[in-house]
Amino acid sequence: MNQMTSDTTAAATETGETREMNMIEAINSALDIMLDRDDDVVLMGEDIGYFGGVFRCTAGLQEKYGKTRVFDTPISECGIIGVAVGMGAYGLRPVPEIQFADYIYPGLDQLISEAARLRYRSAAEFIAPMTVRSPFGGGIFGGQTHSQSPESIFTHVSGLKTVIPSTPYDAKGLLISCIEDNDPVIFFEPKRIYNGPFDGYYDKPAKSWKGFDEAQVPTDYYKIPLGKARTVREGDALTILAYGTMVHVVESVAREKGVNAEILDLRTLVPLDIEAIEASVEKTGKCLIVHEATRTSGFGAELSAMVQERCFYHLEAPIERVTGFDTPYPHSLEWAYFPGPVRIGEAIDKLLEA
Amino acid sequence: MAKARDEKGSNRPKLALHVPEPKYRPGDKVDYSDLDVGEPGKQPRPDEACAAKETFALCNDLIRVLGDDNKAHGPWDPRLDAETLRKMLREMALVRAFDNRMYRAQRQGKTSFYMKCTGEEATSVCSTHALDADDMIFPSYRQQGCLIARGYAITEMINQIYSNKADKLKGRQLPIMYCSKRLNFFSISGNLATQLPQATGFAMASASKGDSRIAATWVGEGSTAEGDFHSALTFATVYNAPVIFNVINNQWAISSFSGFAGAERATFAARAIGYGMAGLRVDGNDPLAVFAAERWAADRARANAGPTLIEHFTYRAEGHSTSDDPTAYRSAEERTEWPLGDPVNRLKQHLIAMDEWSDEQQEEMDAELDAHVRASMKEAEKNGILGHGLHHPFHTMFEDVFEELPWHLEEQAKQAIRERQIKFPGDPAE
Repeated sequence: MNQMTSDTTAAATETGETREMNMIEAINSALDIMLDRDDDVVLMGEDIGYFGGVFRCTAGLQEKYGKTRVFDTPISECGIIGVAVGMGAYGLRPVPEIQFADYIYPGLDQLISEAARLRYRSAAEFIAPMTVRSPFGGGIFGGQTHSQSPESIFTHVSGLKTVIPSTPYDAKGLLISCIEDNDPVIFFEPKRIYNGPFDGYYDKPAKSWKGFDEAQVPTDYYKIPLGKARTVREGDALTILAYGTMVHVVESVAREKGVNAEILDLRTLVPLDIEAIEASVEKTGKCLIVHEATRTSGFGAELSAMVQERCFYHLEAPIERVTGFDTPYPHSLEWAYFPGPVRIGEAIDKLLEA
Repeated sequence: MAKARDEKGSNRPKLALHVPEPKYRPGDKVDYSDLDVGEPGKQPRPDEACAAKETFALCNDLIRVLGDDNKAHGPWDPRLDAETLRKMLREMALVRAFDNRMYRAQRQGKTSFYMKCTGEEATSVCSTHALDADDMIFPSYRQQGCLIARGYAITEMINQIYSNKADKLKGRQLPIMYCSKRLNFFSISGNLATQLPQATGFAMASASKGDSRIAATWVGEGSTAEGDFHSALTFATVYNAPVIFNVINNQWAISSFSGFAGAERATFAARAIGYGMAGLRVDGNDPLAVFAAERWAADRARANAGPTLIEHFTYRAEGHSTSDDPTAYRSAEERTEWPLGDPVNRLKQHLIAMDEWSDEQQEEMDAELDAHVRASMKEAEKNGILGHGLHHPFHTMFEDVFEELPWHLEEQAKQAIRERQIKFPGDPAE
């Protein structure tokens, strides 16, 4: 599939040794390295200790680093995030896990009113250097409480960074950057692509990460800087902005339709790589924004506004948004809800015909 | 950081962080001999309208009725007639037969998810029997027994589990997240402990209207860690709300043992003490004790004597759900060694000891119930299984987001239907 762009490879250290990893293993590797490098890094969350997490992202880490560095918590998201604020105030670098993004809401006051504003309100005397990891997104028949994509709730909060990887390679490099970052970061892991990329065809056999370039992950420490998009594919017919699972879906639709699209994987929503977006839209004159989250007030609205503000005189067609519908995530009609190849294909056609 | 101590150089003791650890892990020999389960029949039974503090000793005791002799003992014996006991036995056995078949159905790919309540049947079936039919139930996700005890049709439950075209919840909810307003069974949420303040609110509303209905809610011991638990109990005591909090202490919250919700320091019933609320701790595998405790709390609530927190001390015999593998984190012997037995078997043995039941009757009933569940499955499968075509029309996905469908959802509904026609040309389903 696609090659990593030069800025990505340059960000990696040149240790050489790589191993094929799925996204779970890549995240585990990042956590392992950071626990090893920095005694102040601690992991906590529901079922993450002995059991290693319901998705296995923390497997083996409690055994390796002990129970005071990798531990289970009570079922209290408010408690988990509130405690992480306090640990950060002491000087630790907590990496709490919220088992599903859909369960993060009881912790919102601690995240929005406390973690996100602590630096500001204390004139930087205190900071909240935490990375909240949480699986998000649908496509696993999780119903409305295991499928949501609530990223725009967090991008709307000043003081929070929001990061969403789409490959094992990016997941590791970005997660290390997040953990080292001195501000609170929401790190959403697209659970549909934990074990393999997903092209949007739910009725075809699931793929694993085996054999994909993006699954070749350096075994050592490396970072991918926050705020840098990845050019998945260069092209001049139109620009497609996506992140997480949708990167793979749009890529497969573009390939299938033989459209010379330029696809940007945003990787970080806040801070956003606006330069890369501007450069691409100025080149192609057309812009499609794709996310799985509901449409109204989704992050696509923000992207659309920014592209319009900055690239208006280069645009040859109205900006298109393809999103999930404005309903709760349904169980049985999951695939009617999901912004799949048909919805994306229609939007591409509309843009190209314009 | 973390250097403060060295600089001080004092001889203060080094602080240590305590992270709870369960006693037994996979492969471990399990020994429950130090678990104090008390003696059946020995726990005092205060008057339903007593001051809350008169129950505080019971928060650290364990209310038990059925003895090793399979007979009922002591003041908590609810003195139920044989017919009622047989009905409870039948419903618990039906829950078990249903669970076994649905678990297999998930494994066969007929649905995405299932949760059994094996070993915990009494905590829902027998407590529901102690309530009136119009009392409102705010369940958690393992209370299929409440719905079955209220007579909900098994076929309807399976339709929901299969998310098929006959599913009354229109395929929107994860399997087992039932709802039945007709049976006063509130919609189940996947988010934990949210039902607790809601139950308090329902009870407050009923009280404010001078009604006679009370509310009862269920929550796992692990979820008592959520803030909603504290809010619910505070409101309940402040307003003396007619509500019953059933904390199902089944020892495990997925892989986290009850110590992660505070069980190393206090019982869950003892939470009631701090709020000045009546609290009872009951053997959750003793059907008679469960019934008696719930009826005591219901009578108390109905007499305007206040809310009650009941800890049902039980054991989650199976995994958390079909997505869980308990062999990875706990000893298999915990289940076999559990000192309080199995609720279905205990009630069966009690009825036999009363000369009101026999092994043959039990066998016959089990076969009949299994046949009933299988027939219900067949019936439900006519309406489809998950992902096999017979789902609700696409337009239903957009209904009930609001009372009236706004323009943007109408537009999105048209789009969804158009997409389906593109993907499956000529499909008449929409």
